Amino acid sequence: MGNLAKRDLKKSFPTIPFFQYSKRGFVFHRVRFLFVKELIQVLRDKRLRITLIFPPIFQLIVFGYAANLDVKNINTAVRDLDQSVESRELLNRFGSSKYFDIISYPQTPREIEALIRRGDVILCIEIPNDFSRKLKKGDTAIVQIILDGTESNTGMIALGYIGRILSEYSTTIMIKRLNREGMIGFEEAGVELEHRIWFNPNAESRLFYIPGVIASIAFLIPIILTAQAIVREREIGTLEQIMVTPIRSWELMLGKTLPFAMIGLADAIMIALIGVLWFEVPLRGNPLLLLLGNVFFLMSSVGVGLFISTISSTQQQAQISTFFFMMPAFILSGFAFPLENMPDWLQYITYANPLRYFLIIIRGVFLKGNGLDILWPQMLALIILGGVTILLSSMRFQKRLK
Amino acid sequence: MKFSRTWAIARKEWFHIFRDGRSLGLVILMPVLLMLLFGYAVSLDVKKVPMGVLDRDRSQESLSFIHRFSASPYFHLRFFAQDEKEIGRFIDRGEVKMGLVLPWDFSKKIKAGRKATVQVLLDGSDSNTANIILTYVQGIAREYNLEKTFLKIERLGGQKPKPPVEGRPRIWFNEELESKNYFIPGLVAVIMSIIGVLLTGQVIVREWERGTMELLISTPVRKEELIIGKLFPYFLLGLLDLLLAILMGTWVFEVPFRGSLALLFLLSCIYIIVALALGMTISTVAKTQILANQMAMVIGFLPTFLLSGFTFVIANMPFWLQIITYGIAPRYYVTILKEIFLKGADITFLWTETLILIGMAIAGIWVATKSFKKELR
Repeated sequence: MGNLAKRDLKKSFPTIPFFQYSKRGFVFHRVRFLFVKELIQVLRDKRLRITLIFPPIFQLIVFGYAANLDVKNINTAVRDLDQSVESRELLNRFGSSKYFDIISYPQTPREIEALIRRGDVILCIEIPNDFSRKLKKGDTAIVQIILDGTESNTGMIALGYIGRILSEYSTTIMIKRLNREGMIGFEEAGVELEHRIWFNPNAESRLFYIPGVIASIAFLIPIILTAQAIVREREIGTLEQIMVTPIRSWELMLGKTLPFAMIGLADAIMIALIGVLWFEVPLRGNPLLLLLGNVFFLMSSVGVGLFISTISSTQQQAQISTFFFMMPAFILSGFAFPLENMPDWLQYITYANPLRYFLIIIRGVFLKGNGLDILWPQMLALIILGGVTILLSSMRFQKRLK
Repeated sequence: MKFSRTWAIARKEWFHIFRDGRSLGLVILMPVLLMLLFGYAVSLDVKKVPMGVLDRDRSQESLSFIHRFSASPYFHLRFFAQDEKEIGRFIDRGEVKMGLVLPWDFSKKIKAGRKATVQVLLDGSDSNTANIILTYVQGIAREYNLEKTFLKIERLGGQKPKPPVEGRPRIWFNEELESKNYFIPGLVAVIMSIIGVLLTGQVIVREWERGTMELLISTPVRKEELIIGKLFPYFLLGLLDLLLAILMGTWVFEVPFRGSLALLFLLSCIYIIVALALGMTISTVAKTQILANQMAMVIGFLPTFLLSGFTFVIANMPFWLQIITYGIAPRYYVTILKEIFLKGADITFLWTETLILIGMAIAGIWVATKSFKKELR
């Protein structure tokens, strides 16, 4: 009697057909349902769909066009107290170089100060009234340079250009003097520099930043989506509903992370394509190697997203935690700020950052055309870091579920 | 508008923030973390560039030239390569950023008073660093040339001349050209944007998502009261973070603060209002918190970080992008911060920025109230 009722019950509730399948079969079955559900949930919302496409493109545009540390056309003021042929020739050398735009001729020191304070110019060249006299006498003539140091990088580069122009001028004068004094045909001694910039002959910033943007997208999108999706279900209570279904916790995890890893990958590929086709970033290495590196890298980002979901009960917490994780990860990765400039103790910390390795891989493959023979240590590091992250966060995730 | 109702909403939001101790802790720690990162880690000052040398001459002359590099704090000599291939490998692997190739006739030419051609190979994958390294190399080569030229003149029987022209730079506002003095003032704007846009972006959408908005709607609270009440606690948090950021910047990282603290606080209040209004608008437009979060990142955080002049100098951007930067509030606030911190500017230098920010605050509040609908959707 009891047996019969049980059989009837089974007939009228055939909601768990998975038992008929082999173990392997039903695993993928259930994961697939969740996978599709998550994809639908993300892609259903039109505005959310846009945010998967727009922010990456926005970043790409900014880093393609705006992130420019090349210094050109520095707004310059000139105060020539000497008004001689010599002073004009020197100033002409500044004006005709592509680095300096002479836009203002202040008359008094107060005017100079006002120009610099207002930020109209960041540089003022002041030639004293004894300039040509000293040159003719064979003394050293002094040129005053007043520089606004607020933008330290621009200032540094500007000082380099100024030094070059002044010394070239100085050498010409010296050789003229020597020729006059009888050393006809005298030439400067020393070295002649011949520089070649590899991988990026014109030293364009965009070639440095755009591969980094691809990495940042592959990093961020899965973290944000994974963390928020799990916490959201927890917050509105639907996670409990999923828990009462026969799904196993690791199936749940897989179903909750795979779709976002795939969206992240798709986003990264989209950005890479635009980078190559529109911004003309050369892809000199093997794209498949890049893809492989990206897949290894996704393990870390998904793992971090999962981890954040285990330490957050509300979406706001998840958001703040993501942010707290993201900022150091970016700044300590070499994405925008060179690692070599950091203090040693901080450089050691960067070895634990998966983004650091992926950036080396992505820049290596794009710009240098590196292969696995050079990049294997980074690949290995990604696998280890990704494995450890996933392991730890999934352990936490399962504990949290119970 | 009734003060008591606004106050009740503000208290409720306040409880909400305080109940979640960890979030509150993170919000307060955020400026500290950002300050530490930018103070210690972020530097565009290039030092100890790893370099490799291929010396085909191996003479006293070539070694003395190389020594000028190894003795400079800007270079760190890591390898002597055997051939050009090896140097290429070092650069490929990223073990050196620069290679120096001295020709086999280096000493011969130097001794003869002619110019020896030295090759400088640079890893251009980090373009800015490559440019700065090149400037350093040129500086060292200039000094070397000057010395050798003087020697040659003496050898030819001339008198050692004085160098005809010398530049004497005076650097204002940031005398040592330290990049922390450039980054840290602007960082305050980033922190304010995080509090203003990222956090408040959640405020309204959270109530919708959790279903508590319906409860709020059934109360007699008016929408202006709701908005102001909800934003007030975040306004206070913003001021607290501002204070923390200024204290850390000036005490820990010794960024000069030359202007008036009162003026900075006043102008910061205006900027916080702009940011809060933006966050509020996002919160009423977005339907889910995750969407609000993404919108806040794109509209609030990224422009502050990238287009405000905080990291990248606006003057270097293409013209059309420069025009766009005029439309975003952080641009003006970053200017205000840098001017007050480093230049000690007073209001006479900043009134344009101030007026624009006030205009943006008024417009922002208007848009936020318009887009907020206190009814069931």
